[in-house]
Amino acid sequence: MKRLDLRGRGDYGEWRDAAREALSQGLSPREVEWGATGAQVGLFDSDLPADFKGDTASIGGTTATPDPYLTTDIRAGVFTVPSAFVELSKAVLCHSDPRRFDLCYRLLWRLQTDRHLLSVVSDPDVALAHAFAKSVGRDTHKMKAFVRFREIPAPGPRRAFVAWFEPEHFIVARTAGFFQRRFNDMDWLIATPKGSAAWDGEALRVSDEPAEKPDIRDETDDLWRTYFANIFNPARLKVQAMQSEMPKKYWKNLPEAELIPDLIRSAEQRVREMKERGASDTAPRFHERLQKRADQSEPKRSRV
Amino acid sequence: MKKTLKERLAILSDAAKYDASCASSGTSKRDSSSGGLGSTEGSGICHAYAPDGRCISLLKILMTNFCIFDCAYCINRSSSNVERARFSPDEVVWLTLEFYRRNYIEGLFLSSGIIRNSDYTMEQMVRIARDLRLKHDFRGYIHLKTIPEASAALIEEAGLYADRLSINIELPTDAGVEAFAPQKHPANIRRSMGELKQKIDAASEPTYKKRRKRFVPAGQSTQMIIGADQATDATILGSSAGLYSRFRLRRVYYSAFSPIPDASKVLPLIKPPLVREHRLYQADWLYRFYGFDIGEITAGRPDGMLDLELDPKLAWALENRARFPVDVNRADKEMLLRVPGFGVKAVQSILSVRRVRRLKLEDLQRLKVSLRKVKPFVVTADWTPARLIDRADLRTLFAPEPQQLVLL
Repeated sequence: MKRLDLRGRGDYGEWRDAAREALSQGLSPREVEWGATGAQVGLFDSDLPADFKGDTASIGGTTATPDPYLTTDIRAGVFTVPSAFVELSKAVLCHSDPRRFDLCYRLLWRLQTDRHLLSVVSDPDVALAHAFAKSVGRDTHKMKAFVRFREIPAPGPRRAFVAWFEPEHFIVARTAGFFQRRFNDMDWLIATPKGSAAWDGEALRVSDEPAEKPDIRDETDDLWRTYFANIFNPARLKVQAMQSEMPKKYWKNLPEAELIPDLIRSAEQRVREMKERGASDTAPRFHERLQKRADQSEPKRSRV
Repeated sequence: MKKTLKERLAILSDAAKYDASCASSGTSKRDSSSGGLGSTEGSGICHAYAPDGRCISLLKILMTNFCIFDCAYCINRSSSNVERARFSPDEVVWLTLEFYRRNYIEGLFLSSGIIRNSDYTMEQMVRIARDLRLKHDFRGYIHLKTIPEASAALIEEAGLYADRLSINIELPTDAGVEAFAPQKHPANIRRSMGELKQKIDAASEPTYKKRRKRFVPAGQSTQMIIGADQATDATILGSSAGLYSRFRLRRVYYSAFSPIPDASKVLPLIKPPLVREHRLYQADWLYRFYGFDIGEITAGRPDGMLDLELDPKLAWALENRARFPVDVNRADKEMLLRVPGFGVKAVQSILSVRRVRRLKLEDLQRLKVSLRKVKPFVVTADWTPARLIDRADLRTLFAPEPQQLVLL
């Protein structure tokens, strides 16, 4: 049995090097035990380098080759991996489930004898890998949706914003590019317990070190809450539909979420009151004026 | 005293909530790498959900809720005593940009009551979109609701800045529009859709030399109010099918008529028919993505109304049992798409897997298909429904438990 310990914070290159080594030694998935040291690393462990990396491209390693098959020499000869495997395992390795390393290695191992394995999406390993990738994809999507930037005083001409987000998986590096493409003209920092990303107009810096929650207030949050409360239609209350798309675990970092319990509680009464008030008997004055004007402009024969 | 920005935001977002659309998807791909602010990357993003279960993707507001029209179903009709307010164009621009920078939204969905006249109102809205794009280099999503009877030149300019334009058809029949919206003219609304379609077509024709200007890349959409008049589901769906094929609309939205403050006396103050709305969307999906004709979906319904208890695909399957069971290892794609419980994605996976191996029930389960739902309708390597499909009580296996009705 060989034990392989990784930091395991969503770094594909790290896993790939270890897996390549194990495969070249002909170790079957049963002979390898994977573990994550990263899981035990505390916030204040000082022996770790404060490694801000140059950009996100390096996170994925240099494996993104244009060839559909990745070729590597091993003692037994040559083995190839479909590029779909590289994409899939890059996503799977961002998952927080401890089985992720072993799952990817098992797929890699089985692919050596079954080239079409990945098209059998109902195979238990392939299905689990897709389930992990889907969960990572969903977390990524929710990060794009639920990050809330708050403005801080900026030293230079560019405006500066900071956000705090709590992802389920190691997705900060994967998602940072989206924010760079979108918020190019402002400085921003997204801090999370699973790493952080920052953009200053020149370089995108990504770290996988846990960050601490900043304490920042932004007045505009109040306007956003006003919007959220008023765009809600109390006559269409569907709490379940809301929660399946915006699970409670995200609420604590969403400024608008504090309104939700009250909006739900008062909905029924608001609709009832609306009904009881009914229609008013008199129309506003400008409506009367409009009516008068319309009558005057109507062709004469209609009044004969 | 003039109302504060916050007070007006409250009024003008409250006034906008009866528009169902909040989509921000399907537009051209762009980002701010070369400058400016914002991006659109194909799929839309819902930045929040309100307790009504609706996605909040855009800042959906009215420029003003003053209106010279008196449409019975509308909260902003001139005869309503609802509180009125107006944003200046600069305020709308500021709100959009500040909300966008904080990642609350994907962009702006701007609609408006009609003030002075159609062209004046449309001009103001175009100015907002133009300022966002040209003055502030905003690259996020913009949806403008065009004003009925606005001039073609203004619509054309709007199309240069907006990702999507829409004009509401309001009610499924012309008679309905004439009864409830006396100042709107269904024929003109359709003409406006037709003209816009022609412009979109012209702008998307390939050219030899250079790229054409971007023009309404996310196409046009419309909305129909459900339950305010007596139109049946068959009428409604027939009307949408016409809109999809004639004007190539991206979406027809169905909006269950919902009680509004100070409602007009000519309309029922009822609980919005949400289930009916949901069934209409399902039928709409069957038409657009599953190869169904509208006629097929409503054929088995003598009163022209969809079954509220069963989804329209299951209802169709129960009406057409002779076409089942379907062998998942042999059937063509068209027939697989008609199996209740199979989505488009599941069908694609089935087609991919069966090239390599024969599917069993456990395979379907791993594709996240509900076995309970599909079992009566499919044959797999290890399963035949025997005479399940012939059971007279098959419907009761799927129909929901009876529930006590709740009054509003």
